[in-house]
Amino acid sequence: MFYLKLSLRNAFRHPLRAVLTITGVAVAILAFGLLRTLVGLWYLGVETSSSTRLITRSSISLVFTLPVSYRERIRHISGVTEVSSMNWFGGIYVSEKNFFPNFAVEPKTFLALYPEFIIDDAEKRSFLKDRRGAVAGFKLAAKHGWKIGDRIVLKGTIFPGEWDFVLRGIYRGAQRSTDESQFFFHWDYLNESLRKTVPRRADQVGLYVVGVDAPEKAPEVAQAIDAIFRNSLAETMSETEKAFQLSFVAMTEAIMIAIKIVSYVVIVIIMVVAANTMAMTARERISEYATMKALGFKWSHIAITVFGESLFIALLGGAIGVLLTFPAAHLLETELSQFFPVFSVSPVTIYFQLAAATLVGIVSSAFPVYRASTINISEGLRRIG
Amino acid sequence: MPVPVYYSFRNLTVRRLTTALTASGMALVVFVFAATLMLAEGLQKTLVETGSPDNVVVIRKGSQSEVQSGVERLQASIVESLPDIVTGEGGRPLLAKELVVLINLPKRGSNKPANVVIRGVGGASYALRPQVKLVEGRMPRPGSSEIIAGKSIAERFEGGGIGEHLRFAMREWTVVGIFDAGSTGFSSEIWGDVDQLMQSFRRPVYSSVIFRMRDAAAFDSMKSRLESDPRMTVEAKLETRYYLDQSEAMAKFLRILGLSLTFIFSLGAVIGAMITMYAAVANRVVEIGTLRALGFHRASILQAFILEALFLGLIGGVAGLVPAAFLQFITISTMNWQSFAELAFSFSLSPGIIVKSLLFSLVMGIAGGLLPAFRAARMDIVGALRSS
Repeated sequence: MFYLKLSLRNAFRHPLRAVLTITGVAVAILAFGLLRTLVGLWYLGVETSSSTRLITRSSISLVFTLPVSYRERIRHISGVTEVSSMNWFGGIYVSEKNFFPNFAVEPKTFLALYPEFIIDDAEKRSFLKDRRGAVAGFKLAAKHGWKIGDRIVLKGTIFPGEWDFVLRGIYRGAQRSTDESQFFFHWDYLNESLRKTVPRRADQVGLYVVGVDAPEKAPEVAQAIDAIFRNSLAETMSETEKAFQLSFVAMTEAIMIAIKIVSYVVIVIIMVVAANTMAMTARERISEYATMKALGFKWSHIAITVFGESLFIALLGGAIGVLLTFPAAHLLETELSQFFPVFSVSPVTIYFQLAAATLVGIVSSAFPVYRASTINISEGLRRIG
Repeated sequence: MPVPVYYSFRNLTVRRLTTALTASGMALVVFVFAATLMLAEGLQKTLVETGSPDNVVVIRKGSQSEVQSGVERLQASIVESLPDIVTGEGGRPLLAKELVVLINLPKRGSNKPANVVIRGVGGASYALRPQVKLVEGRMPRPGSSEIIAGKSIAERFEGGGIGEHLRFAMREWTVVGIFDAGSTGFSSEIWGDVDQLMQSFRRPVYSSVIFRMRDAAAFDSMKSRLESDPRMTVEAKLETRYYLDQSEAMAKFLRILGLSLTFIFSLGAVIGAMITMYAAVANRVVEIGTLRALGFHRASILQAFILEALFLGLIGGVAGLVPAAFLQFITISTMNWQSFAELAFSFSLSPGIIVKSLLFSLVMGIAGGLLPAFRAARMDIVGALRSS
């Protein structure tokens, strides 16, 4: 108890210095937490993918399409419950800055395969009925102020021209992590226009989403699909949704690794700052430590006080940093919803933050503990200032 | 050297550990600051150097990249008949009709797939891109399933090396040569015969038409003539502009990310400098009193402490820039979101970045040292001398 009291008292002997150090640690821990969350978001698509969905695409690469006729053939494979199709449309709403993912889908099967997109029955019916109908995520609709029945025009980049849609439904995500910023419309609408304008591009599908009745059957079904189309003009490559998303993430992995490294750099920076504070403190108190030793305190007693002080400052800063993470994440989520549809802090991140704060406390006390405990009494007492 | 300057400089050397710790905190921030700017610079440099100022890229209107574009054969022939094109070998216009598609290739070592650009080229393509030089093997024979791979591809991708085979579009392709295009985007591409590739991919249209202009100043009139032609649904861009647009989003992302990170990190380093400088002032109250008693003005004291903080910042800045300069040897390869293709680029240190980083470190020093310096300057002589 005595040592605890001594540590706490010592920590605030230079109130300004203590406050500055604590602020520094808090900022660093906050930054660390946000960076880790950012890295986690990159993998969000992987985590939210379902284990009963397969993605079948052209084996050459995503820019090559598959014939629409494959659909029926995939449906007949045992274990397959539902087959839907998607085309990356790549349309631009007003300006390139308003980027959001938009797809032409086979609507009925698509909604059946993605139960995480919740849309109420009346809206669903009117969407299915209207060939020009479209469904947008709640966040996307809110951002552009779209209401049901609004006319939305997208400028095509892959499919030239201006495309007219009527907003028929707004979906909500089943989980917090579901992306509510996507836009879907009828593949038939796209296809019929293509038949008139560029017939050779009609009747083509970007990728198939295949529902499987049990997760353990997924690899088998994937192999069966690829076997059917082997040596055809459009060979396929099927993988679980998770693997598909992961391959996307892997392509930009270099940037994520850089961010991860940088998130550790901030901890090192603050470690240096805290170590500096503690080193200065120890320097100023050398004669005090000598006095304590002269009074009969052992080196371990002094070490505990210094260590306790350092740990206290680091943990207090860490706790403030963790508490600030939540409002900061909320702010980012509302301000940057275009880039990060969801910005939620996971419990693991908080453990990491606390661990980092503890580490800062331990490392920054190492040098002063060594200095204070090895001090020679007569030398320490002789020292001035 | 005037006494206050000498005084502040010597102070840093006396308290070595504290100086080193504070400066290394700032050095890390400067390192991150410089590294992100270098990365964005490297990306932009790679893509800008890819284009030549005299070359024009024609793609379908509204498609942002060659991969999304499609130019019908008829339209390509109309472009070919433009009078503004330089005449090349054999009296033919210096113009290439190219096909650009992406294929999935596994990386060496990790086996992770990435999108690689495969470009179908014609005879004029090489003349249009003088940066592309064959470094190993030979050129592919026209009309065969032979391809040549860029240096970054040969090093990083399975089957990209010389003599190796790649299988795509139901055919086996042999890599017969490796080309080096310096630090341009072409080094991350595979080139083959355009007609063979169009056949095998079953793509009846070209992706883009590239040609060299006779007179670069006439670009605007040529562009409006081409784009207003009712038979055409294309847009013409200067090749340099085209590649700059390709890198914009990614470079912007890197810059914004880098700047916001360094801003937050610099808070930590500034706090570190502030702690050090406050302690420096507190430990030297008597000395400050003595200096004042000797006749030095408040302004001199203020100057001395601000200089000390600036020195501290400068040490941090230099200590951060030196390791950052070594990053230039590292090559990063990642997917460019705008073209969806793998692109290899290096960190690049420009004089502008050096100046910015040093200024940034000085600003951090000032931000940390200003308040303590004012405190030192405001002390009254008697009080300062009396304290011990």
